[in-house]
Amino acid sequence: MSKFLKSVGLVTAAFLIASPAFAEKFGLGRTALPEEIAAWDRDIRPDGTGLPDGGGDAFTGEEIFADKCAACHGDFAEGIDNWPKLAGGADTLDHEDPLKTVGSYWPYLSTAYDYIQRSMPYGDAGTLSNDETYAILAYILYSNDLIEDDFVLSKETFFYVEMPNANGFVVDDRAETEYAQWSVEPCMKDCKDEVKVTMRAMVLDVTPEEDNAAADTSEDVVVAAEPEVVVPAFDPELAEKGAKVFRKCKACHQVGEGAKNRSGPILTGIVGKAAGAVDDFKYSKALKAAADGGLVWSEDELAAFLAKPKKYLKGTKMSFAGLKKESDQAAIIEYLKSFEE
Amino acid sequence: MSDSETGKKTSRRAFLRGAAASGAGVLGAGTAQAQTGDPLITDVQPWAQSFGDGVDAVRYGLPIEHESDVVRRNVEWLTADTVSSINFTPIHALDGTITPQGCAFERHHSGAIDLKKEDYRLMINGLVDTPLVFTYADLERFPRENHVYFCECAANTGMEWAGAQLNGAQFTHGMIHNMEYTGVSLRTLLEEAGLDTADDLADKWVFVEGADASSNGRSIPMEKALDDVLVAFKANGEALRKEHGYPVRLVVPGWEGNMWVKWIRRIEVMDGPVESREETSKYTDTLDDGTSRKWTWAMDAKSVVTSPSPQAPIKHGKGPLVITGLAWSGRGAITRVDVSKDGGKNWETARLAKPGEKMALTRFYLDTDWDGSEMMLQSRAMDDTGYVQPSKAQLREVRGLNSIYHNNCIQTWLVRANGEAENVEVS
Repeated sequence: MSKFLKSVGLVTAAFLIASPAFAEKFGLGRTALPEEIAAWDRDIRPDGTGLPDGGGDAFTGEEIFADKCAACHGDFAEGIDNWPKLAGGADTLDHEDPLKTVGSYWPYLSTAYDYIQRSMPYGDAGTLSNDETYAILAYILYSNDLIEDDFVLSKETFFYVEMPNANGFVVDDRAETEYAQWSVEPCMKDCKDEVKVTMRAMVLDVTPEEDNAAADTSEDVVVAAEPEVVVPAFDPELAEKGAKVFRKCKACHQVGEGAKNRSGPILTGIVGKAAGAVDDFKYSKALKAAADGGLVWSEDELAAFLAKPKKYLKGTKMSFAGLKKESDQAAIIEYLKSFEE
Repeated sequence: MSDSETGKKTSRRAFLRGAAASGAGVLGAGTAQAQTGDPLITDVQPWAQSFGDGVDAVRYGLPIEHESDVVRRNVEWLTADTVSSINFTPIHALDGTITPQGCAFERHHSGAIDLKKEDYRLMINGLVDTPLVFTYADLERFPRENHVYFCECAANTGMEWAGAQLNGAQFTHGMIHNMEYTGVSLRTLLEEAGLDTADDLADKWVFVEGADASSNGRSIPMEKALDDVLVAFKANGEALRKEHGYPVRLVVPGWEGNMWVKWIRRIEVMDGPVESREETSKYTDTLDDGTSRKWTWAMDAKSVVTSPSPQAPIKHGKGPLVITGLAWSGRGAITRVDVSKDGGKNWETARLAKPGEKMALTRFYLDTDWDGSEMMLQSRAMDDTGYVQPSKAQLREVRGLNSIYHNNCIQTWLVRANGEAENVEVS
């Protein structure tokens, strides 16, 4: 049992006795049905309670990871920009700036399954099958050198995996290590000999500028003349399908009114637009070169890029495996066409 | 001065004397003799001549446009995406203790969702006699309670562990808000489902999760769940804002904000903690030797001077100066706040605007006569357990440099002779 609960055990017993018996009922609410509980009660516990049937290995997981996770977490679970790194960091916890990943820090494997099936992929949560979840988790473990690529992760094999930092946690000990020594009458006069400034925030200069909420609306930005492209007729039904496919892109791209650059540039008006032309977005060298070469995002070019981004444009920052189905490519393009600048 | 709770009273006379002596340094229409009549007084102004807005102009008001700089701000480089991020309450520009909902900080893990009351369901399951589902309307039929509590993110001041970094009280201490909540005690709802099945409650827990994609599940020991946790639907008298969990959120007094699950949809009685992502990989505190503390739920006593501060410099020159700030403790009520003007060498006890309330913000004032010289302003809170807010050095001695959460160190603002202030660390 936990230290915390041990220490409060006596107190708890006393206060439960002192409080009124659980007698008064209001008769409100209704009984939860088994299928309702099954739909929402999906938490996985450290002892494996709640783990579903199914399974997957890292080999399978790699492909799913590339498709659904790598856009943020990187092809090798190494993390892109500020997105969480899922692999690496072994033996760094007692170093400066430790790297905390599933492999180096997470004490329970159950936590990773629980979180992935519940809240991932980002922007499309709760859509992974049990097999996919096991496979993705296997790939993350493999990326942390914790299993081989053919190890099939399932509820039967779950506890074969040793989490390196399983014993790395202690229950809150502030009462012993801090409260006693800091609960003393404080000094009021001549508490130090001299006081010197040892560090200044302004040297770092990382504080955001004071932006007034009534933001500067002047738009004096001169937009370079764009090549004229004839945009074919618009198919609203196809665009609707595209909206669904676009969920895969949402973690990095925004489109429409109020859209902002995220990991990827704003896509408003992208169909027919010159490549590399979104203000304030840091494009890859590869894309800049293509833009300088006069690349225009016609429907054909976009489709080719979306099919296999890294093959189409070697060095692109877009970490996305690609849309295999031509119908998905067409749908997304149609969806993007519905947003004009 | 009539509300003075603690500390020395500064006499009004002393104030005036100081002000007169330094009158020349005071800007604007102060105690100095005006040479010509102030046109704002001598000329008839438009607002005194014609009409203002009618009562049908604004059905729900925002602050007047002249206050448009009193807004939440975020720090872009902190997170990868604003949908899973945090912003900061403009505490440097507020007074009193209640945080208006419209500028109270937000923390989401997958964005602020739009959930209608009629689509809202709350399930209680697990080790209960009868698993139940409540609608929003059901919740409004249980006996209600009102309480004022602060909600502080465990990461508040977290960017300052390794050194002075962000230049403003909003950024260093603005992951906090303080509201009056209306709701039903969690105890009432658990008893409605029945706890006989759970048997001995001493080793039981509840797992709480939200309706958003992140779900943000957290485990709470039963002792706390039955003590003061609230299932809240109103804040400061009106419905919760979307960004604070409309229509229903959990309020876990004194404990880290991450446990205050928004859009709460499920409460499961369990025989152990889930050890979810938010209570293992995040919201744990890594010490120097690489081991990490977990279950560090309570927010220790803390305070900060909100003005003057980097975003709220002194603009009036020397003379009467109100030094003010906020203090709070997740383990009780604030009993005393001391303020130092010389970086912790000497301290004076500040005046509390009202007696400290348990697990709620307390406003303190030090009415002072500033001589125009440089100050290193600090504040130091004490709560009714006798705990004294530690210095950064004290915290680092125990925890090292790699912690993120639960930084409740004494903050220093270097206020220069020109009134500008900067976030600094001192020896």
